[in-house]
Amino acid sequence: MSYTFQFRDVFAAWEFILQGVAMTLYLSAVTMVLGLAIGVACAAGRLYGPKPLRVLVGVYVESIRNTPLLVQLFIIFFGLPSLGVRFDATTAAVITLAVNLGAYATEIVRAGLEAVPKAQVEAGHSLGLSGLQVFRHIVLFPALRMMYPSLASQFILLMLATSITSQIAVEDLFHVASIIQSRTFRDFEVYTVIGVLYLLLALVFRGGFALLYQLVFARR
Amino acid sequence: MIREFGWVDVLYLVFAMRWTLALTATAFIGGGLIGLVIAVLRVSRVWPLQAIAVLYVQAIQGTPLLVLLFVFFFGLSIVGLPVLPWIAAALAFSIYAGAFLGEIWRGALDAIPKTQWEAGSALGLGFGEQLRHVIMPQAIRMAIPPTVGFLVQLIKNTSLAATIGFVELTREGQLTTASTFQPFAVYLTVAFLYFLTCFPLTQWSRHLERRSYGPA
Repeated sequence: MSYTFQFRDVFAAWEFILQGVAMTLYLSAVTMVLGLAIGVACAAGRLYGPKPLRVLVGVYVESIRNTPLLVQLFIIFFGLPSLGVRFDATTAAVITLAVNLGAYATEIVRAGLEAVPKAQVEAGHSLGLSGLQVFRHIVLFPALRMMYPSLASQFILLMLATSITSQIAVEDLFHVASIIQSRTFRDFEVYTVIGVLYLLLALVFRGGFALLYQLVFARR
Repeated sequence: MIREFGWVDVLYLVFAMRWTLALTATAFIGGGLIGLVIAVLRVSRVWPLQAIAVLYVQAIQGTPLLVLLFVFFFGLSIVGLPVLPWIAAALAFSIYAGAFLGEIWRGALDAIPKTQWEAGSALGLGFGEQLRHVIMPQAIRMAIPPTVGFLVQLIKNTSLAATIGFVELTREGQLTTASTFQPFAVYLTVAFLYFLTCFPLTQWSRHLERRSYGPA
């Protein structure tokens, strides 16, 4: 068996690859914001809401966490149109990723909020602070610090998972790879290069999150 | 021919699950072996070995599983192996599981107090003996809940094997959709079947975790 590796054609498509990177970054950024918002809202609902809401959030979290992202994507993109709800590929991808991340974020945020000692909350109340004031001045910051590492690694997993959206033809980095492959037939080379790019993105994300942690939490 | 999505199709989907489970089992065994080596390398006192283990884990955890799958799928022919989705999936998923299990198990080994190693050493045990007779029996109990948790991730992620044409539950769902044209019903059924498999494991993992750490 002899095979000559040829990366030239792959690198020639660098502008195209860059577009894919941009799409992957866009998907990651939008979903992180949306997913975190869903997570915070649902965690609050699960901890402080009335019973039916708590049950509802529980059903949401468990049904998302126990089914594959790919199948969730197919339900939203291929399944919902038969109920008359139709999205373009990118919107379907953002919705699926946000709903998916939201379920994981709910658990992380909930665990973070619960980890703040009860005595501190009681101390706040006995100083005459209102519920909202206790939340803002006593619970929020330590809770954020505790959930930060888990959230950061969940975000990185999400960034890698955006590659799955290529399966409904969202033009992310992975989709770009499959197009280059079909043009050059350099399949192994393309996917190796793309793999290295994802690895670099993951490293950049990890570095960025570590820096943010230093800036926000370390000095307190 | 377009036909209705009926009980026969549901039955086909249920039967396709055996390939999801077979791939999960293969990856869990293969990944378990790799993970064991990685975890032991990480706690070894030889830094080049530690570095190899760290690099492996970082590289695999920083690459999408989909990319891994495609690199193996297209790499098979280069090393002269037959290009079969089953082989590519088994290899890619084992390597993927190896990185995550290695990291989980390293965490469990690290959680054992250093004094336990030293006590073993004081009794005249070598590194391997300390690991086998002193550290591992204690670490295993801690490792079980997160390992079961990862098993759920693994089952769900085998759905990606559908993209290289490996016919497991998700791929069977795609095929059923193509012949019935009822994607909503089909994919909901597929999701439900995954849920039936994963949810009990999730609950079990949670139960084990509570038992070993007490109520949160």
